[in-house]
Amino acid sequence: MEGLNHFPEALRESARLVVKTRESRLTALRRGESYPSLSLSDRRAWLEEFHPDYRADSCRPLTLGPNQGDLVPCELADLLESWPRHAVSRHFALSRRSHSAAEGDPSALAPFSKQVKADLHTDVLVIGGGGAGTTAAIAAAEAGAKVLIVTKLRHGDSNTIMAEGGMQVADQEADSPVQHYLDTMGGGHFINDPDLVESLVSDGPRVLRWLEELGMLFDKYPTGRMKVRHGGGTSRRRLHASGDVTGLELMRVLRDHAESFANIRVLPFHPAVELLTDDNGRAVGAVLEHLVAGDRLPTIQVVHARAVVLATGGFGRLHFKKFPTSNHYGALADGLVLAYRAGVPLRDLRYCQYHPTGIVYPDRKIGLLLTEKFRGWGAQLLNYHGEEFVFGLEPRDVTSAAIIRECTEMGNGITTPSGRVGVWLDIPLIDLLHGRGTIEREFPGRFREFIGKGIDLRVAPVLTYPTLHYQNGGIAIQSDGGTDMPGLYAAGEVTGGVHGDNRLMGNALLEILVFGLRAGRSAARFAQNNGEGSNPGVSHLESFMEALHEKAAGQHRTSPRLLPSYGKSGLPA
Amino acid sequence: MAGPKVATITIAFDGTEYTVSAGRTILVALEEAGLRFVRGVGCRGGVCGACTVLYRMRDAHPLVAGLMCQDEAKHGMEILSLPYIPQKKAVHRMELPPENSPEYQVLSLYPEVNNCVMCGECSRLCPVGIDVMGYVGMIKRGDLRSAAQQSFTCVQCQACVLRCPSSISQPNAALAARRFHGRYREAPAEHLAKALEKVESGHYRSLFRKVRRLSGVEFQALYQRREREPDDAPPGTWLPEDRSLI
Repeated sequence: MEGLNHFPEALRESARLVVKTRESRLTALRRGESYPSLSLSDRRAWLEEFHPDYRADSCRPLTLGPNQGDLVPCELADLLESWPRHAVSRHFALSRRSHSAAEGDPSALAPFSKQVKADLHTDVLVIGGGGAGTTAAIAAAEAGAKVLIVTKLRHGDSNTIMAEGGMQVADQEADSPVQHYLDTMGGGHFINDPDLVESLVSDGPRVLRWLEELGMLFDKYPTGRMKVRHGGGTSRRRLHASGDVTGLELMRVLRDHAESFANIRVLPFHPAVELLTDDNGRAVGAVLEHLVAGDRLPTIQVVHARAVVLATGGFGRLHFKKFPTSNHYGALADGLVLAYRAGVPLRDLRYCQYHPTGIVYPDRKIGLLLTEKFRGWGAQLLNYHGEEFVFGLEPRDVTSAAIIRECTEMGNGITTPSGRVGVWLDIPLIDLLHGRGTIEREFPGRFREFIGKGIDLRVAPVLTYPTLHYQNGGIAIQSDGGTDMPGLYAAGEVTGGVHGDNRLMGNALLEILVFGLRAGRSAARFAQNNGEGSNPGVSHLESFMEALHEKAAGQHRTSPRLLPSYGKSGLPA
Repeated sequence: MAGPKVATITIAFDGTEYTVSAGRTILVALEEAGLRFVRGVGCRGGVCGACTVLYRMRDAHPLVAGLMCQDEAKHGMEILSLPYIPQKKAVHRMELPPENSPEYQVLSLYPEVNNCVMCGECSRLCPVGIDVMGYVGMIKRGDLRSAAQQSFTCVQCQACVLRCPSSISQPNAALAARRFHGRYREAPAEHLAKALEKVESGHYRSLFRKVRRLSGVEFQALYQRREREPDDAPPGTWLPEDRSLI
């Protein structure tokens, strides 16, 4: 059949069934019929049975620190209960010996109280150069602060740049921030922090206006009205997009704007590996590791700052339960490790977000996304027989659970030659529903990418399966971006509370802007009102390492891990 | 790991030959061969431009640009990594100097676009299939709308810059073109201005207070009762039956 020739025989038979049922599905859609959505109790039942993180063996309780006893994914728990990196231990002469055992030996305690000389000074230190960090830097710089952005890779290398589908803002006549609040709380299973959600939705129109003034391009009608679509779990159409490269367009503009500030400096390839605290338990800087220093430059750099913003993003590259991920190379939970060691509490980390439609075939695109915007425009999820099995715009966790259910319990998945299983995303339906040229116009990034590899999205469905996508929880923050530690602010994916247990599509790009601006402003204010810290150092590691010695003495893991190691094992099978 | 035997091919990276599995992207093939990247890898999804490379097939003369995370490794590839390409970046804000049009402003920031000799090398090299020379011409002619559309999926890998005989920084000129077009030539969203006014007037404050005072059961019932806006109602026309939350 035309357009399906790139599929191996194992997939082609089922792809033909998709084509066969398309006409009747189209007719039903035109009559306004859609697959029924689940009740709250049915949602709960499907999640508990099929969502990967509702299984008991996926998590374990933390054995130390402010969240002791809380369940988090096992791989994350291991990372949070690891020793500082070797370069840090060497630089600060940290000893893994228990201090209780070393009582009477004052030299064992000495390193922690050692004053640390600074290589760099700044007012506001922003850790992370993605969307949240860059926004925070802009806000702090506008408030007059001297800002240093330190980032593990290059400025802009982040999950932000990979966001495809869009950003939720309540700006239409039928909509309101209160309606947006309701959708967001329900999507997060009602455990979100209400103050944070109210801030998120209320600042929406203001940040969208700001982006318009910065010259960011949005999908618009000629009148200037924004084109909006539904996302999973929304009751109003409020998803604003820039084609299917919304994050790329956002990051290009934010980075360009940040570069116009003389008081913002960027230090790439310098990830933060520990926070610095002072005698009063305030965050006063960070320890950086220079990833490409070579032999003649110091690996460790110490930054003294009057306020710190953590914006290190998420953790997809930890590949929980060997799931593939849609995340960028550096998404390894660095910020969670730094904060937790310093005694800053985290929240809502048990349930990760699996994006329902990660690519399964072709193999070399495994784990990458097909944006939810495809479903917003009418693309359906179909099983082996070309039949629908779930309303495609349930909240993400529910849709993912439904796909896993269809492939396991129902046995209606499609298996690829390399042994992976998935369901179809019937993209060609979009052109039939909205007219020829819609796919090309609305999804220019994916369309060009696929056609370049011989796959025509206008005629061929794509095989998909849930992929590890987003860190729902993280560092607990308040509405001003502040954390439990004075001088420490946080914004973006590294934080928790905004999304509860499950983020809605389009709320992440909104979050990095709203809380990036809030955290940056607050940090600049804090820096103005407070002088240099007294005795900056890593004394907070003392109690952490003592607890670690007691609870997990036998293991030798170090963290943060900074980058994944793919070597011979390759991506998870 | 047991499995079907994978064919192997030979590729050269920065001058060293590696035998790798066939059917992988360049990036995964090299990682499987034991290389570990710090520079030269970013999103791994084809949108950040960090893994730009130039390569030539042995036995062929053209030099091709690619992205390691997107392009399949082929037997006989000779690959040069280009993690960083220095080039001109005009520092500017979005305000226009008096009497400058947005079109003229972009040309003033990047006057070297006028030196384009139309060799077409940039368009040939572009790993994401953009007609770079086309949009340079559009910027020259002051057609920012077309330039914005044509350059829209640019991942700023900067490969086009490398072989430009006129030393144009095409991706940065395109970025300026898109931003000045977006700011000055796209109609502003009036409904957004109204929504913003309504939020800033404090209109929703009492409504939030009311909703947040509801018990858990009442709030969940309110959530379940939500009316879903039809997918294809003409923009800005549909209104819910219950308008108490808007």
